[in-house]
Amino acid sequence: MSKKIKLFFKGIVDILPLLIPVVPFGIILGAIGIELGFSSLEIFATSFIIFGGASQIVFLQLFSSGASSLITITSTFVVNSRHLLYGVSFSEYLKNLSLGWKVLLSYLLTDQAYAVSNIYFEKNKNNDLKHYYLLGSGFFLWLIWQISTLIGIFLGSIVPDKLGLSYTIPLTFIALLVSYFRKIDHIIIILISGSLSIILYNAPLKSYIILSSFISLSVALMMIVYKKGKNK
Amino acid sequence: MIWYAIVISGVLNFLTKFLSLSYFDTSKMNPRVKQILTYVPSAVFPAIIFPGILIDTNGDLDLVNNPKILASIIALIVGVFSRNIIATILTGLAAYWFIIFI
Repeated sequence: MSKKIKLFFKGIVDILPLLIPVVPFGIILGAIGIELGFSSLEIFATSFIIFGGASQIVFLQLFSSGASSLITITSTFVVNSRHLLYGVSFSEYLKNLSLGWKVLLSYLLTDQAYAVSNIYFEKNKNNDLKHYYLLGSGFFLWLIWQISTLIGIFLGSIVPDKLGLSYTIPLTFIALLVSYFRKIDHIIIILISGSLSIILYNAPLKSYIILSSFISLSVALMMIVYKKGKNK
Repeated sequence: MIWYAIVISGVLNFLTKFLSLSYFDTSKMNPRVKQILTYVPSAVFPAIIFPGILIDTNGDLDLVNNPKILASIIALIVGVFSRNIIATILTGLAAYWFIIFI
Protein backbone atom coordinates (compact mmCIF):
# COMPACT_ATOMS: atom_id res chain seq x y z
CA MET A 1 0.00 0.00 0.00
CA SER A 2 1.40 3.41 -0.86
CA LYS A 3 2.04 5.95 1.86
CA LYS A 4 -0.72 8.17 0.50
CA ILE A 5 -3.39 5.46 0.76
CA LYS A 6 -2.15 4.48 4.24
CA LEU A 7 -2.49 8.07 5.46
CA PHE A 8 -5.92 8.39 3.84
CA PHE A 9 -7.14 5.31 5.75
CA LYS A 10 -5.47 6.42 8.97
CA GLY A 11 -7.55 9.58 8.75
CA ILE A 12 -10.70 7.49 8.30
CA VAL A 13 -9.90 5.19 11.23
CA ASP A 14 -9.06 8.09 13.57
CA ILE A 15 -12.26 10.01 12.84
CA LEU A 16 -14.53 6.95 13.37
CA PRO A 17 -15.26 7.56 17.09
CA LEU A 18 -16.18 11.18 16.36
CA LEU A 19 -18.76 10.00 13.82
CA ILE A 20 -20.94 8.39 16.50
CA PRO A 21 -22.87 11.63 17.17
CA VAL A 22 -22.74 12.64 13.49
CA VAL A 23 -25.02 9.80 12.36
CA PRO A 24 -28.00 10.61 14.65
CA PHE A 25 -27.48 14.34 14.02
CA GLY A 26 -27.70 13.80 10.26
CA ILE A 27 -30.80 11.65 10.69
CA ILE A 28 -32.40 14.33 12.91
CA LEU A 29 -31.58 17.00 10.32
CA GLY A 30 -33.20 15.03 7.50
CA ALA A 31 -36.29 14.24 9.58
CA ILE A 32 -36.68 17.83 10.83
CA GLY A 33 -36.38 19.14 7.29
CA ILE A 34 -39.31 16.96 6.25
CA GLU A 35 -41.32 18.05 9.31
CA LEU A 36 -40.67 21.71 8.48
CA GLY A 37 -42.06 21.09 5.01
CA PHE A 38 -39.00 21.06 2.76
CA SER A 39 -38.61 18.71 -0.20
CA SER A 40 -36.13 15.82 -0.04
CA LEU A 41 -33.99 17.46 -2.69
CA GLU A 42 -33.82 20.79 -0.83
CA ILE A 43 -32.79 19.09 2.42
CA PHE A 44 -30.16 16.99 0.69
CA ALA A 45 -28.84 20.11 -1.08
CA THR A 46 -28.19 21.78 2.29
CA SER A 47 -26.06 18.78 3.29
CA PHE A 48 -24.24 18.73 -0.04
CA ILE A 49 -23.80 22.48 -0.60
CA ILE A 50 -23.79 24.13 2.86
CA PHE A 51 -22.35 21.04 4.61
CA GLY A 52 -22.39 22.19 8.24
CA GLY A 53 -24.85 20.49 10.59
CA ALA A 54 -25.73 23.24 13.07
CA SER A 55 -25.89 25.87 10.35
CA GLN A 56 -28.17 23.70 8.20
CA ILE A 57 -30.68 23.40 11.04
CA VAL A 58 -30.62 27.18 11.52
CA PHE A 59 -31.06 27.62 7.79
CA LEU A 60 -34.08 25.28 7.57
CA GLN A 61 -35.68 26.62 10.74
CA LEU A 62 -35.41 30.30 9.77
CA PHE A 63 -36.39 29.78 6.15
CA SER A 64 -39.48 27.79 7.14
CA SER A 65 -40.51 30.43 9.71
CA GLY A 66 -40.68 33.04 6.97
CA ALA A 67 -37.41 34.87 7.57
CA SER A 68 -36.01 36.71 4.56
CA SER A 69 -33.15 35.15 2.58
CA LEU A 70 -30.79 37.85 3.83
CA ILE A 71 -31.51 37.05 7.49
CA THR A 72 -31.33 33.30 6.84
CA ILE A 73 -28.02 33.58 5.02
CA THR A 74 -26.50 35.94 7.61
CA SER A 75 -27.58 33.75 10.54
CA THR A 76 -26.18 30.65 8.82
CA PHE A 77 -22.93 32.53 8.21
CA VAL A 78 -22.68 33.54 11.89
CA VAL A 79 -23.07 29.91 12.98
CA ASN A 80 -20.34 28.85 10.53
CA SER A 81 -17.94 31.67 11.37
CA ARG A 82 -16.12 29.46 13.88
CA HIS A 83 -14.61 27.61 10.91
CA LEU A 84 -12.43 30.67 10.42
CA LEU A 85 -10.35 29.40 13.33
CA TYR A 86 -9.78 26.03 11.68
CA GLY A 87 -8.65 27.49 8.37
CA VAL A 88 -6.29 29.90 10.10
CA SER A 89 -4.90 27.12 12.25
CA PHE A 90 -4.19 24.89 9.21
CA SER A 91 -2.89 27.58 6.86
CA GLU A 92 0.71 27.09 7.99
CA TYR A 93 0.59 23.28 7.52
CA LEU A 94 -1.01 23.38 4.08
CA LYS A 95 0.57 26.47 2.53
CA ASN A 96 2.57 24.53 -0.09
CA LEU A 97 -0.43 22.74 -1.59
CA SER A 98 -1.90 23.54 -4.99
CA LEU A 99 -5.07 25.62 -5.34
CA GLY A 100 -7.11 22.51 -6.20
CA TRP A 101 -6.07 20.77 -2.99
CA LYS A 102 -6.88 23.86 -0.93
CA VAL A 103 -10.34 24.10 -2.51
CA LEU A 104 -11.04 20.40 -1.84
CA LEU A 105 -9.72 20.40 1.72
CA SER A 106 -11.55 23.66 2.58
CA TYR A 107 -14.82 22.09 1.48
CA LEU A 108 -14.17 18.96 3.56
CA LEU A 109 -12.98 20.79 6.69
CA THR A 110 -15.37 20.27 9.63
CA ASP A 111 -15.25 20.41 13.45
CA GLN A 112 -14.43 16.71 13.65
CA ALA A 113 -11.91 16.56 10.76
CA TYR A 114 -10.19 19.57 12.30
CA ALA A 115 -10.03 17.93 15.71
CA VAL A 116 -8.29 14.75 14.54
CA SER A 117 -6.11 16.34 11.84
CA ASN A 118 -4.84 19.04 14.18
CA ILE A 119 -3.44 16.37 16.52
CA TYR A 120 -1.86 14.51 13.60
CA PHE A 121 -0.40 17.65 11.98
CA GLU A 122 1.21 18.81 15.23
CA LYS A 123 3.05 15.49 15.51
CA ASN A 124 3.96 15.22 11.81
CA LYS A 125 4.82 18.78 10.78
CA ASN A 126 7.47 17.68 8.31
CA ASN A 127 5.55 14.95 6.52
CA ASP A 128 4.90 16.24 2.98
CA LEU A 129 1.95 13.88 2.52
CA LYS A 130 0.08 14.81 5.72
CA HIS A 131 -2.78 16.38 3.77
CA TYR A 132 -3.88 12.86 2.77
CA TYR A 133 -4.77 12.37 6.43
CA LEU A 134 -7.13 15.38 6.33
CA LEU A 135 -8.49 14.15 2.99
CA GLY A 136 -9.33 10.75 4.52
CA SER A 137 -10.93 12.07 7.71
CA GLY A 138 -12.74 14.93 5.94
CA PHE A 139 -14.02 12.79 3.09
CA PHE A 140 -15.28 10.01 5.34
CA LEU A 141 -17.22 12.41 7.56
CA TRP A 142 -18.68 14.01 4.43
CA LEU A 143 -19.79 10.59 3.12
CA ILE A 144 -21.38 9.55 6.43
CA TRP A 145 -23.13 12.95 6.72
CA GLN A 146 -24.70 12.62 3.26
CA ILE A 147 -25.88 9.05 3.97
CA SER A 148 -27.28 9.99 7.42
CA THR A 149 -29.18 12.93 5.92
CA LEU A 150 -30.75 10.61 3.34
CA ILE A 151 -31.79 8.14 6.06
CA GLY A 152 -33.32 11.04 8.02
CA ILE A 153 -35.22 12.29 4.96
CA PHE A 154 -36.61 8.78 4.49
CA LEU A 155 -37.50 8.36 8.20
CA GLY A 156 -38.96 11.87 8.42
CA SER A 157 -41.59 10.98 5.87
CA ILE A 158 -42.81 8.03 8.01
CA VAL A 159 -42.42 9.36 11.58
CA PRO A 160 -45.67 10.86 12.98
CA ASP A 161 -45.79 14.57 13.96
CA LYS A 162 -47.01 13.68 17.43
CA LEU A 163 -43.52 12.63 18.53
CA GLY A 164 -42.52 16.30 18.66
CA LEU A 165 -39.42 15.85 16.56
CA SER A 166 -38.92 19.62 16.28
CA TYR A 167 -37.98 19.60 19.97
CA THR A 168 -34.76 17.83 18.91
CA ILE A 169 -33.59 21.18 17.45
CA PRO A 170 -33.00 22.94 20.81
CA LEU A 171 -31.98 19.60 22.30
CA THR A 172 -29.24 19.07 19.72
CA PHE A 173 -27.83 22.54 20.38
CA ILE A 174 -27.88 21.95 24.15
CA ALA A 175 -25.84 18.81 23.48
CA LEU A 176 -23.35 20.78 21.37
CA LEU A 177 -22.92 23.30 24.22
CA VAL A 178 -22.53 20.98 27.22
CA SER A 179 -18.73 21.25 27.38
CA TYR A 180 -19.05 25.06 27.73
CA PHE A 181 -21.25 24.76 30.82
CA ARG A 182 -18.12 24.08 32.88
CA LYS A 183 -16.71 27.59 32.37
CA ILE A 184 -18.30 30.48 34.22
CA ASP A 185 -17.58 33.13 31.55
CA HIS A 186 -19.22 30.93 28.92
CA ILE A 187 -22.23 30.33 31.18
CA ILE A 188 -22.66 34.10 31.51
CA ILE A 189 -22.58 34.53 27.72
CA ILE A 190 -25.00 31.62 27.27
CA LEU A 191 -27.52 33.16 29.70
CA ILE A 192 -27.22 36.63 28.16
CA SER A 193 -27.70 35.30 24.62
CA GLY A 194 -30.61 33.08 25.67
CA SER A 195 -32.43 35.87 27.53
CA LEU A 196 -31.89 38.29 24.65
CA SER A 197 -33.29 35.81 22.14
CA ILE A 198 -36.54 35.64 24.15
CA ILE A 199 -36.74 39.43 24.63
CA LEU A 200 -35.93 40.06 20.95
CA TYR A 201 -37.95 37.15 19.57
CA ASN A 202 -40.49 39.46 17.96
CA ALA A 203 -37.86 41.78 16.51
CA PRO A 204 -38.48 42.44 12.81
CA LEU A 205 -37.34 40.03 10.10
CA LYS A 206 -36.60 37.16 12.53
CA SER A 207 -33.36 38.92 13.36
CA TYR A 208 -33.32 37.62 16.94
CA ILE A 209 -30.53 35.08 16.33
CA ILE A 210 -28.17 37.62 14.78
CA LEU A 211 -28.99 40.37 17.31
CA SER A 212 -28.57 38.08 20.33
CA SER A 213 -25.35 36.63 18.91
CA PHE A 214 -23.72 39.98 18.23
CA ILE A 215 -24.71 41.60 21.51
CA SER A 216 -23.44 38.60 23.51
CA LEU A 217 -20.22 38.45 21.47
CA SER A 218 -19.69 42.14 22.30
CA VAL A 219 -20.13 41.31 25.98
CA ALA A 220 -17.62 38.45 25.55
CA LEU A 221 -15.16 40.90 24.00
CA MET A 222 -15.60 43.29 26.92
CA MET A 223 -14.97 40.41 29.30
CA ILE A 224 -11.76 39.48 27.46
CA VAL A 225 -10.53 43.07 27.53
CA TYR A 226 -11.46 43.48 31.20
CA LYS A 227 -9.70 40.22 32.17
CA LYS A 228 -6.59 41.27 30.31
CA GLY A 229 -6.57 44.65 32.05
CA LYS A 230 -6.93 42.96 35.42
CA ASN A 231 -4.00 40.62 34.79
CA LYS A 232 -1.61 43.45 34.07
CA MET B 1 -35.60 31.67 -3.69
CA ILE B 2 -34.53 28.83 -1.42
CA TRP B 3 -32.00 27.61 -3.99
CA TYR B 4 -30.27 30.99 -4.10
CA ALA B 5 -30.14 30.98 -0.30
CA ILE B 6 -28.70 27.44 -0.16
CA VAL B 7 -26.03 28.22 -2.77
CA ILE B 8 -25.04 31.55 -1.21
CA SER B 9 -24.85 30.00 2.29
CA GLY B 10 -22.76 27.16 0.86
CA VAL B 11 -20.39 29.53 -0.92
CA LEU B 12 -19.99 31.68 2.22
CA ASN B 13 -19.26 28.64 4.37
CA PHE B 14 -16.71 27.44 1.84
CA LEU B 15 -15.08 30.88 1.53
CA THR B 16 -14.81 31.22 5.33
CA LYS B 17 -12.66 28.11 5.33
CA PHE B 18 -10.88 28.60 2.01
CA LEU B 19 -9.85 32.24 2.52
CA SER B 20 -8.65 31.68 6.08
CA LEU B 21 -6.77 28.56 5.01
CA SER B 22 -5.13 30.22 2.02
CA TYR B 23 -4.48 33.79 3.04
CA PHE B 24 -4.46 34.15 6.82
CA ASP B 25 -1.24 34.06 8.73
CA THR B 26 -1.73 32.87 12.31
CA SER B 27 1.28 34.80 13.58
CA LYS B 28 -0.17 38.08 12.27
CA MET B 29 -3.67 37.48 13.56
CA ASN B 30 -4.85 39.54 16.52
CA PRO B 31 -5.02 37.12 19.49
CA ARG B 32 -8.19 38.88 20.60
CA VAL B 33 -9.95 37.83 17.38
CA LYS B 34 -8.91 34.24 18.02
CA GLN B 35 -10.23 34.43 21.57
CA ILE B 36 -13.54 35.97 20.57
CA LEU B 37 -14.15 33.21 17.98
CA THR B 38 -14.06 30.58 20.75
CA TYR B 39 -17.16 32.30 22.17
CA VAL B 40 -19.18 31.91 18.95
CA PRO B 41 -20.99 28.71 20.02
CA SER B 42 -21.86 30.16 23.45
CA ALA B 43 -23.18 33.34 21.85
CA VAL B 44 -25.09 31.78 18.93
CA PHE B 45 -26.53 28.45 20.10
CA PRO B 46 -28.56 29.80 23.07
CA ALA B 47 -30.48 32.02 20.64
CA ILE B 48 -31.67 28.79 19.00
CA ILE B 49 -32.12 26.83 22.24
CA PHE B 50 -34.14 29.27 24.37
CA PRO B 51 -36.89 30.16 21.85
CA GLY B 52 -37.04 26.47 20.80
CA ILE B 53 -37.96 25.59 24.38
CA LEU B 54 -39.84 28.63 25.68
CA ILE B 55 -41.78 29.93 22.67
CA ASP B 56 -44.82 27.93 21.57
CA THR B 57 -46.05 27.39 18.01
CA ASN B 58 -48.16 30.59 18.21
CA GLY B 59 -45.09 32.66 19.01
CA ASP B 60 -46.06 33.23 22.67
CA LEU B 61 -43.90 32.76 25.74
CA ASP B 62 -44.87 29.47 27.41
CA LEU B 63 -43.47 29.07 30.93
CA VAL B 64 -46.34 27.12 32.54
CA ASN B 65 -46.97 23.39 31.97
CA ASN B 66 -44.21 23.32 29.38
CA PRO B 67 -42.75 19.78 29.27
CA LYS B 68 -39.76 21.00 27.25
CA ILE B 69 -38.38 23.00 30.20
CA LEU B 70 -38.06 20.04 32.56
CA ALA B 71 -36.87 17.71 29.77
CA SER B 72 -34.18 20.23 28.78
CA ILE B 73 -32.95 20.66 32.37
CA ILE B 74 -32.66 16.87 32.71
CA ALA B 75 -30.82 16.68 29.36
CA LEU B 76 -28.46 19.46 30.42
CA ILE B 77 -27.57 17.79 33.72
CA VAL B 78 -26.89 14.47 31.97
CA GLY B 79 -24.90 16.30 29.29
CA VAL B 80 -22.69 18.26 31.66
CA PHE B 81 -21.79 15.13 33.62
CA SER B 82 -21.48 12.64 30.75
CA ARG B 83 -20.06 15.07 28.15
CA ASN B 84 -21.76 12.80 25.64
CA ILE B 85 -23.74 14.37 22.80
CA ILE B 86 -25.95 11.38 22.01
CA ALA B 87 -26.67 10.65 25.69
CA THR B 88 -27.79 14.28 26.08
CA ILE B 89 -30.15 14.20 23.10
CA LEU B 90 -31.62 10.78 23.92
CA THR B 91 -32.15 11.63 27.60
CA GLY B 92 -33.92 14.87 26.71
CA LEU B 93 -36.13 13.17 24.14
CA ALA B 94 -36.94 10.27 26.49
CA ALA B 95 -37.81 12.71 29.31
CA TYR B 96 -39.98 14.74 26.92
CA TRP B 97 -41.89 11.68 25.70
CA PHE B 98 -42.22 10.42 29.27
CA ILE B 99 -43.82 13.71 30.36
CA ILE B 100 -46.20 14.13 27.39
CA PHE B 101 -47.32 10.51 27.04
CA ILE B 102 -47.59 9.48 30.69
